[in-house]
Amino acid sequence: DTSLAKQKTDIKTEPSTDGFGNNNANDGRVLSASPGSGSSTGSNKQTAAVTPEDQQTLLAVLQFLKKNKLIESVEILRREAGLPENSLDPKATESAGAGSGGAAAVAEDQPDVRVVLSAYSQQGDPTLYEVYYSDLKKFIETVLDCHRAELSQVFYPLFVHMYLELVYNNHESEAKAFFEKFSGDQECYYEEDLRVLSGLTKKEHMRGNETLLDFRTSKFVLRISRDSYQLLKRHLQERQNNQIWNIIQEHLYIDIFDGMPRSKSQIDAMSGSLAGEAKREANKTKVYYGLLKEPEIELPLDDEDEEAENEEGKPKKKKPKKDSMGSKSKKQDPNAPSQNRIPLPELKDSDKLDKIMYMKEATKRIRLGSDNLPSVCFYTFLNAYQGLTAVDFTDDSSLIAGGFADSTVRVWSVTPKKLRKVKSAADLNLIDKESDDVLERIMDEKTASESKIMYGHSGPVYGISFSPDRNYLLSSSEDGTVRLWSLLTFTCLVAYKGHNYPVWDTQFSPYGYYFVSGGHDRVARLWATDHYQPLRIFSGHLADITCTRFHPNSNYVATGSSDRTIRVWDVLSGNCVRIFTGHKGPIHSLAFSPNGKFLASGATDGRVLLWDIGHGLMMGELKGHTDTIYSLRFSRDGEILASGSMDNTVRLWDVMKAFDDLETDDFTAATGHIHLQDNSQELLLGTYTTKSTPVIHLHFTRRNLLLAAGAFNP
Amino acid sequence: MSAMAEERRQKHCSVVLPTESMKAMAESVGVGQLQEDSCVALSEEVSYRIKEIAQDALKFMHHGKRRKLTTSDIDNALKLKNVEPLYGFQSQEFIPFRFASGGGRELHFYEEKEVDLSDIINTPLPRVPLDVSLKAHWLSIEGMQPAIPENPPPATKEQQKVESTEPLKVVKPGQEEEGTIQGKGQGTTTPDGKGQCLGLIRLKPRSTHELSVEQQLYYKEITEACVGSCEAKRAEALQSIATDPGLYQMLPRFSTFISEGVRVNVVQNNLALLIYLMRMVKALMDNPTLYLEKYLHELIPAVVTCIVSKQLCLRPDVDNHWALRDFAARLMAQSCKTFSTTTNNIQSRITKTFTKSWLDDKTQWTTRYGCIAGLAELGPDVIKTLIIPRLAIEGARIKAVMEGPVISNIDKIGAEHVQSLLLLSPKYPIPYHHLFI
Repeated sequence: DTSLAKQKTDIKTEPSTDGFGNNNANDGRVLSASPGSGSSTGSNKQTAAVTPEDQQTLLAVLQFLKKNKLIESVEILRREAGLPENSLDPKATESAGAGSGGAAAVAEDQPDVRVVLSAYSQQGDPTLYEVYYSDLKKFIETVLDCHRAELSQVFYPLFVHMYLELVYNNHESEAKAFFEKFSGDQECYYEEDLRVLSGLTKKEHMRGNETLLDFRTSKFVLRISRDSYQLLKRHLQERQNNQIWNIIQEHLYIDIFDGMPRSKSQIDAMSGSLAGEAKREANKTKVYYGLLKEPEIELPLDDEDEEAENEEGKPKKKKPKKDSMGSKSKKQDPNAPSQNRIPLPELKDSDKLDKIMYMKEATKRIRLGSDNLPSVCFYTFLNAYQGLTAVDFTDDSSLIAGGFADSTVRVWSVTPKKLRKVKSAADLNLIDKESDDVLERIMDEKTASESKIMYGHSGPVYGISFSPDRNYLLSSSEDGTVRLWSLLTFTCLVAYKGHNYPVWDTQFSPYGYYFVSGGHDRVARLWATDHYQPLRIFSGHLADITCTRFHPNSNYVATGSSDRTIRVWDVLSGNCVRIFTGHKGPIHSLAFSPNGKFLASGATDGRVLLWDIGHGLMMGELKGHTDTIYSLRFSRDGEILASGSMDNTVRLWDVMKAFDDLETDDFTAATGHIHLQDNSQELLLGTYTTKSTPVIHLHFTRRNLLLAAGAFNP
Repeated sequence: MSAMAEERRQKHCSVVLPTESMKAMAESVGVGQLQEDSCVALSEEVSYRIKEIAQDALKFMHHGKRRKLTTSDIDNALKLKNVEPLYGFQSQEFIPFRFASGGGRELHFYEEKEVDLSDIINTPLPRVPLDVSLKAHWLSIEGMQPAIPENPPPATKEQQKVESTEPLKVVKPGQEEEGTIQGKGQGTTTPDGKGQCLGLIRLKPRSTHELSVEQQLYYKEITEACVGSCEAKRAEALQSIATDPGLYQMLPRFSTFISEGVRVNVVQNNLALLIYLMRMVKALMDNPTLYLEKYLHELIPAVVTCIVSKQLCLRPDVDNHWALRDFAARLMAQSCKTFSTTTNNIQSRITKTFTKSWLDDKTQWTTRYGCIAGLAELGPDVIKTLIIPRLAIEGARIKAVMEGPVISNIDKIGAEHVQSLLLLSPKYPIPYHHLFI
């Protein structure tokens, strides 16, 4: 248990200490604002739903800290939460659900179990629970059709809370009977949660059960129209059904809206997450989803290039316009964040060269569309013996990295250029540092090989990511560390410790320097390569963070989780700015569209969902895969979405059509009640089956060729 | 609905380990006389914890991108709970528990054999497993999946079967008749012709077997190599026919090529070409991805021709056309074995044909030989019921030719071959005296 305590304090102290530490360490080049201080003032205003429980948990945390003699942390937490020395100020606590930054993160993380469960101590007659529930069921079955779907939403959370109350109060047989009678009525997408619940039959089991704590700490959010809500309220009051009314009051958050009640399909589209839907205000914050202005780089037209062109046998017709790329990016996107909202590393000469390469390639890019599909090149890992766990390509598609269950990280060169190490220090001394080809001379020709293996992790490698400049590689592993490897020496440079539990995913920022990681501890961390402690902690998910992805403008991070929600976090403030619900299984892949406007997500339920980040809306649903989707990627110009799955297929989707077809008006935009068309089959442009090779990674080259990778599983 | 709910309730019904297991485990660690109450409490607790660990282990399986749960997943799940993993269970592929029952008790156990250490030391080292390597291929080229061995066959046998038996159900990619979703599977986009055909009678779609330029080139190369003079090239071409997964579109052409080829070359008595064509048939039959049923009406007559034709070569007394007859007979037997069903009755029809011409007195010795060879290949039952009863008559006939006045050398040679065939008919003991009475 000591390790757990250590872990707890670890999380708690970090946001405060590192914020200040970073300030000194680097003259404003890194994110410096303490995430908590920014948000605490803001969040005070939005504490519409402060409840005694939130306070209780906060106080419990304070007590715990005091007990463990962490006086400094107590001070910081109290200051951040705005609690005065020794009184209870009801205004000061934060609403937990919206995940408002550092302080809230602390409060939510590991509330004391006894305090949390004590809310279940009040109880009615255990034998009457079935009567109450079936009474409500009967009522909801008889209401008008238009309200029935909405009111049916309360069944699941009610069922869970009533069952837990029974279990908590030691009515084992009643609980079992209750479960057996009503578990069959619940929506099929709660199957997995029900399985967890069914195993839980004793009060002792509840201690330390994470799922349980989640049900309790986060209110289950329902969206119900005002009319339906009134109906429910009236019924419960008439019947004096206090047991149920209490649960609704205490454990559910009912987000009431005015207007038409939603249909069953609309509700089904958005539900399925562990804690209900997202509150509407959770998705109201402005998100700067636009792209950053590209630095202006002149495209040099050197002779070399022309020769190369002629060699290829293509007569050069048009000279690439010098500022074709530049002129586009000169106009500042109104939705873009200011250029230095997040301090970004300065471009090195080599980065500029790479940008030039990029632009040259971009001029040769194939324009994709529904009548012009990309070619798919599949890289099969042979003899991997079920051990391939992660793959990444460099942006220029010259290198492939694989993470394996045997803890190794391997890098392959897919171009004729072999991988070479830098010479030893002694040999480097002999080199003429003034020579033009010094970068070539430092490489040791004797070490050239097609692939290199890197050892260092002590558990399966679940996440892997190349730095944009191709000098570094990140890997995250079951052993709780994220490692940074040099691709010049092929050695490990840093092991970033902090997660303590398996780290499921990691990714470099598109501008390098920063990276994000997320894992079993339900916390995503933002790091900078030169800091051994995280700069930001994104906390709020109710279960493992399964995948992490940077927004193309590097100002936001998206995380997908086993709690079946996707959250988008602001890197500057550390706040959660979007919560997307609708998946019915753990989310295993995320992809931002190149223009930064859209997000695609894929889950174990085999569905891809499309999201509009600016409006916080679901944009579409792509059905077709029959197993977990492990990889999603937009083509370079965002026309086509490719998805790769455990069902051994790569599928291509016409996302432009999906976005165009969606009918949205002001009402749907304001309430988020979109009518999804079931047009997956029309949007599916192609399905390509492999021979028993699950597709675990996809990548569009700069010319829009699709690369896919997976291990052959005979 | 209620049935579904019922089923699910079954699933959720919490399974608890039997209390006897608790007792057995307690005894195994030296705790005897465990109270019944403690057993119940223990089994509930243990079952709950096992389920918890199983749930966590599943997470590791998902992140490991596997469908099979392995022992290492369980180890990792235990590590999450700060429990020491179970060492020693390192099997990757299967969980090595064995099941045994007896005396009314059922038991799953881990079989641990006693191994002599010296045996391990003295056995040669197993081969080092191959290292991970990377191989690239084209999964799709501009929306079309190329038919290469790295990709699954473009149309599975099942699809080909559906296509040939129920043509209305199948829409070929790119055909407008039913321009609906199905065609999109292959990545071709179809113009929206959906609206027009609604309400119309569904017509059988025109079967246009259009071949791409590459396929046409391939067809040309393959057929030329198959009947050409270079034996090495022919071997390569036949190998390609026998293994390439993407040939089904060319199958009608190959089938026509063979049947026409046989027709022409029988007339011209071109033995070599007939042999080449039969080898093509063999290669087609060897290809596991082809659904040949649709083309049997062309292939079987060609094969039968090569078995029973009166003359297959220019110099019947010198050339070894017998070998071709034998080879084709084997092919025939093979296709009877694979394709004969109660509806097409291939085997019985073929058997009848052979028997009929064999029984005919006017039948030439060459044809006679083919018929017997064809029948002999069809298996012991056929031999027993059709050949053996006729051995005496046949023996007499052979005797007549061999010992009688020499009318024609060819007849004599034919009779000799029939005799040796009947004698040779392997494996099945044919009473010799029948032939020499």
